[in-house]
Amino acid sequence: MKAFTYERASTAEAAAQAAAKNPGAKFIAGGTNLLDLMKLEIETPQHLIDVNGTGLDKIEAIPEGGLRIGAMVRNTDLAANETVRRDYGLLSRALVAGASGQLRNKATTAGNLLQRTRCPYFYDPNQPCNKRQAGSGCSAIGGVTRQLGVIGTSEACIATHPSDMAVAMRALDAEVETVKSDGSTRSIPMADFHRLPGDTPHIETVLEDGEFITAVVLPKPVGGKQIYRKVRDRASYAFALVSVAAVIQPDGRGRVAVGGVAPKPWRMEAAEAELAKGARATSGILLEGARPTDDNRFKIDLVERTLGAVIAEARG
Amino acid sequence: MQFDTPATTNPIDRMKVVGKPIHRIDGQSKTTGRAKYAYEWHDADIAYAYGYPVGSAIAKGRITSMDTSAAKAAPGVLAVVTTLDVGDLKKGQFNTASLFGGSQIQHYHQAIAVVVAETFEQARSAASLIKVDYAEEQGVFDLEVAAEKAVKPDESQQPDSAAGDFDAAFRAAPVTLDARYATPDQSHAMMEPHASIAAWNGDEVTLWTSSQMIDWWRGDFAQTLGIDKEKVHLMSPFIGGGFGGKLFLRVDAVLAAFGAKACGCPVKVALPRPFIANNTTHRPATLQRIRIGAERDGKITAIGHESWSGNLPDGSLETAVMQTRLLYAGENRMTAMRLAALDLPEGNAMRAPGEAPGLMALEIAIDEMAEKLGIDPIEFRIINDTQVDPENPERPFSHRDLIGCLKLGAERFGWDARKAPAARREGNWMIGVGVAAAFRNNLVLPSGARVRLGSDGIVTVETDMTDIGTGSYTIIAQTAAEMMGVNIDKVAVQLGDSRFPVSAGSGGQFGANSSTSGVYAACIKLREAVARKLGFNSADVVFEDGNVRSGNRTVPLAEAAGADGLVGEDTMTWGDLTETHQQSTFGGHFVEVGVDVATGETRIRRMLAVCAAGRILNPITARSQMIGAMTMGAGGALSEELAVDTRRGFFVNHDLAGYEIAVHADIPHQEVIFMDETDPYSSPMKAKGVGELGLCGVAAAIANAIYNATGVRVRDYPITLDKLIGGLPDVA
Repeated sequence: MKAFTYERASTAEAAAQAAAKNPGAKFIAGGTNLLDLMKLEIETPQHLIDVNGTGLDKIEAIPEGGLRIGAMVRNTDLAANETVRRDYGLLSRALVAGASGQLRNKATTAGNLLQRTRCPYFYDPNQPCNKRQAGSGCSAIGGVTRQLGVIGTSEACIATHPSDMAVAMRALDAEVETVKSDGSTRSIPMADFHRLPGDTPHIETVLEDGEFITAVVLPKPVGGKQIYRKVRDRASYAFALVSVAAVIQPDGRGRVAVGGVAPKPWRMEAAEAELAKGARATSGILLEGARPTDDNRFKIDLVERTLGAVIAEARG
Repeated sequence: MQFDTPATTNPIDRMKVVGKPIHRIDGQSKTTGRAKYAYEWHDADIAYAYGYPVGSAIAKGRITSMDTSAAKAAPGVLAVVTTLDVGDLKKGQFNTASLFGGSQIQHYHQAIAVVVAETFEQARSAASLIKVDYAEEQGVFDLEVAAEKAVKPDESQQPDSAAGDFDAAFRAAPVTLDARYATPDQSHAMMEPHASIAAWNGDEVTLWTSSQMIDWWRGDFAQTLGIDKEKVHLMSPFIGGGFGGKLFLRVDAVLAAFGAKACGCPVKVALPRPFIANNTTHRPATLQRIRIGAERDGKITAIGHESWSGNLPDGSLETAVMQTRLLYAGENRMTAMRLAALDLPEGNAMRAPGEAPGLMALEIAIDEMAEKLGIDPIEFRIINDTQVDPENPERPFSHRDLIGCLKLGAERFGWDARKAPAARREGNWMIGVGVAAAFRNNLVLPSGARVRLGSDGIVTVETDMTDIGTGSYTIIAQTAAEMMGVNIDKVAVQLGDSRFPVSAGSGGQFGANSSTSGVYAACIKLREAVARKLGFNSADVVFEDGNVRSGNRTVPLAEAAGADGLVGEDTMTWGDLTETHQQSTFGGHFVEVGVDVATGETRIRRMLAVCAAGRILNPITARSQMIGAMTMGAGGALSEELAVDTRRGFFVNHDLAGYEIAVHADIPHQEVIFMDETDPYSSPMKAKGVGELGLCGVAAAIANAIYNATGVRVRDYPITLDKLIGGLPDVA
């Protein structure tokens, strides 16, 4: 870990301004991922802006319907929130499928979206990694890739985004609200929030330098059966090999987002049109053009099989 | 004392303290944080410095240059010691890979420097500033490739065995199996990383460390530093898990010593988590072939087991065929082990070394063979039980009740409700049950102890025995209490200090039986001293209820001690009973699993182990050993694998997120039953070990249960869902 300076920001605007003043600074909230990365010197910020005191820790109903989740709301609190459990069960289930109780107590809503990949080559500073060090090459390709991506990947990077929460947020059409240092705000649909790696895998979101997430907004509840199915080698405390977030309506229509397969939560509205035809048709379109490795080819089958089980469960 | 004839009645048989379910006497100090582990030793008067290691970024080659100038100039840095600075060092007797010194790189994350600073954070930060240039060489990292050039190691490793004519009998057998199995590299992944504090006083050094084997470490530490063994004082009273990973000197101790010498103050060094996989030792992967031939009635006529494992030059085999030499009958037999040269980190002992991977394969093969024969797998094992060493039939087992374990287990588990493969469904779960034999030899090592009787009547045991979480403190206290006829609260136990008599140490499930036998021997000496002091005839003296009694004369033990106290010291040594008689421990593992029909995820639903391991010294600590081993077996069956990057030559998943040991949610109800038995051939304690028995066969029982659940036979571990889903019913 490199020595760094530290300040506390008391408002979102102040956080964004502090970031503008300190190029290369990082916001720190729960720190559940950032601190690990700093210890390994994968992240080497010279300045940390502690945003825990920004007051963005509330979950509020939006008058016209929907829910605004403050950026600092802890994963535990979000999962346990009564409205979330009643109207957005998918989100609650995805959250408790992730990490451990201790980590969820610290981890925040915004931080969860910004967590970085768990690709083991990214985590070993001795190995080339385009995400860690732009242009250094990808040592994962041709290496141990069982956990890595099958779609949306590139010649430069085959890492996945590890979040469970983000997969549910994508299926629920959440939007990410931000503020920039000039005080301007914007709302970014989850679909657009994470970038595909292309030849710049080190740039993972559309956030601009210093842009600060203030909230995640959920639109009006969509009803339906909401199922989050996370598939992994051990029963807890493991990242998804594959996860399926689904909202299935009584008429068979619905939404599906998949985790563990791509650099971002993977959802194709065109695939959802096939839901009534079943899992094979849906996953066929969802994963069209997938480029798995020998190690992770099983994920193609696994998505289809898991989705099949989810659809069957929804039909109950 | 030499143990060379089977034990007769002795004070341990009273079983007033020994054999009782006594909670660990060190438990409270651990749960309240008062037990100090190696890194936690802290004297307020001492300014400790902190060392942080640097590991090689390549797997093979040599260092051409190192630039430490930036690190030395970094804030708080007191010293930097590099592998080039110290030059070639003499390797420890028990080490295969060189720990430190010289320019050669034998494996990834080999230690190449230590940075010592005033704080841990300063040391870690400065460590990344060291610039290293390497001349990299192409290594061999793929066991399957290297196995083609594997060689027969020297006879000291007992690579081959044979009896009868295996080839002819296998050809002639009406029912045969010829199958190949694979087990992966595994990491000890103990909770406490290797950690040491070294403090020099002139030419003498004190080392607080985390070691299973005090005397082995002491000798190899001295040898590596080039100093006299007598100049080393080593302490390791509490150990946060070892599993074999702390049997042999590790580099944390060496770096702490060099760092402390360089900066002139005590230095703490803990290995960062990624070093556990790539810097220390691991259980080597194996490729195995098993052939079994049998008559239609189930009698095995031919059994052959071959294994290939890899290691660095001069490394040892993973002895995966040893159990096959002893477990089942069969007139015609062969085993063979071959060693491949690999440039991965050193492979070495991990809990049940050889036995665990060997039985992972053999006990699937037995299940497969039983199915071919149409015989229940328990019945098949019973048909082929042997009461003698099948390679040397004149050598009987001292006591062998595998059949008893299997029969009792079958009854308690409800084995007769087992269905055909893929025949039992509960919702989305395919349900299956599996069984495997557990089998592990009882080893003994010389073990010494000193027992003091104070004027306050307190009995204090001193031995360099270690407690790696196993319960050594408690069973040693029980032994001394039983021998001296006092309550356990009158016994104090001090372990893990090189100033104490040399013990067996902790490993190979020899620790409990050997170390308590050493305490037994020392207590016999102390009893004699007490009798002598009181003028009693030691033959008819009775130690009971805190008193010494002879005829109608009774003296409180404290009084007998006198003002100066009394001391008894001895070492238990062993005659040839382990050669004349095969001493082993036995068990049956029973497992029920559910496999998700869609995703192929396996979740264990219940586990039962029935064990025959001689006298159980403490059913609580023995049960803990068993359920811990069963948990380890669950990880070994389902998720644990050090993933090798065969291009770059390192274990990729080198942290506890990537190397998936079983977590609480993976472990269901575990039941353990110990057979009520003693083995007078094993020791005066009539006990044997259980620490490794518990792991032997667990993974195969799980594998067999998965087969019973799904009809899919997987022969390469871990049995992850990707190996199953292709054979599961269509669900889309």
